[in-house]
Amino acid sequence: MSADQRDGFPGPPMFEIVIAGHGLRCPAEGRVLLEMERQGKKFLPVGCRGGGCGICRVEVLRGRYRTLKMSRLHVSVEEQRRGFALACRLVPESDLELRPARRQAH
Amino acid sequence: MALTGVLRAGFVQLRVLDMKEALTHYVDRIGLELVDQGRDGRVYLRGYDEFDRHSVILREADAPGMDAMGFKVARKDDLKTYAARIKDYGLKVGKVAAGEQPGVGKRICFVIPSGHRIELYAEMERAKNGPLIENPDMWREDPRGMRALRFDHCLLYGPNIPEVSKFFTKVLDFALAETVETPDGQIAAFLTCNNKAHDVAFVMHKDPAKFHHASFLLDSWHDVGHAADLIARYNISRDIGPTRHGITRGQTIYFFDPSGNRNEVFAGGYVYYPDSPVRTWTADQLGKGIFYYEKELNERFLGVVT
Repeated sequence: MSADQRDGFPGPPMFEIVIAGHGLRCPAEGRVLLEMERQGKKFLPVGCRGGGCGICRVEVLRGRYRTLKMSRLHVSVEEQRRGFALACRLVPESDLELRPARRQAH
Repeated sequence: MALTGVLRAGFVQLRVLDMKEALTHYVDRIGLELVDQGRDGRVYLRGYDEFDRHSVILREADAPGMDAMGFKVARKDDLKTYAARIKDYGLKVGKVAAGEQPGVGKRICFVIPSGHRIELYAEMERAKNGPLIENPDMWREDPRGMRALRFDHCLLYGPNIPEVSKFFTKVLDFALAETVETPDGQIAAFLTCNNKAHDVAFVMHKDPAKFHHASFLLDSWHDVGHAADLIARYNISRDIGPTRHGITRGQTIYFFDPSGNRNEVFAGGYVYYPDSPVRTWTADQLGKGIFYYEKELNERFLGVVT
């Protein structure tokens, strides 16, 4: 069942994630990148899905969220404070607006 | 015994973000044995069919990747011989005291031109519950999960591949079993020190010291399929496969550990002999070399590393 189909049924709240102009519905406790893949969308590149490779790095422009452990090589403490995250470790707590921010020096 | 000098890929030390998640992955899913947790928090694992005490070391850290890869040499004297040859080649050689890893004798260490730390050691204690040797059954206890027999090899990413290939063949007495040549030169080297198709491989990448995968041996193509079922059932992050490599001929599936380090489990591959000629792949056929069935290059497989 896609995240969209859950609307109107008991279940986790759904948040609207906007990534560079594209929209994605993501349930609370869902991870943005995994929900994107599950829904067959390709706004962001998919790598290890475990916070290690840094391919899905984004900048959160708006909204509340939490992150699971991510490689400090790709998101430093300071970058995390400024809103950078890996989408595979990004859990929304409100609607979010994101910008792809893959490091150029990869 | 004709095999002398460097015997095989002996261990790999990997960094993981969360030890508990890593142990579920490596012990319950891949099926490695939990040997020991050291005082410094490092955890030691081995495949059920390995005689030596451990072959995989996990260390919790804030960024995943590989700390070092160790190769076992046949005799203690070999450490001195190789240390001298490595210094002559122009690399600095360091020493690691016996016991730094429990049950392991003294090691020598050096950083190769791709940025990776490589170590050599001659002595490691035998595993307490290693494979049977008298009227030996296939195993002591039913193998678990993917039923990995042993740690087999690593693929590492970094710069200076022709130099690394030369170092392993001229200084460490490895053979180049297979190579990838482009009009701009060699971009990959598959290196063996025994009868395997490779003990370590390198692919060109601009960032140094990158880790592509650690690989574990399975018995059969059926076991690769069983591994795929486990990957599906437990939502393990799959990379590609089941498929086959043209290079080395391995039947394979790739996936990621919970920290994003790539793993392979595989079966098959050819037997290499010291008089085997080098097998060469050209850039225009590289898709077939990497994934023999798909015949196309895969951006994630080529570019995603820790």
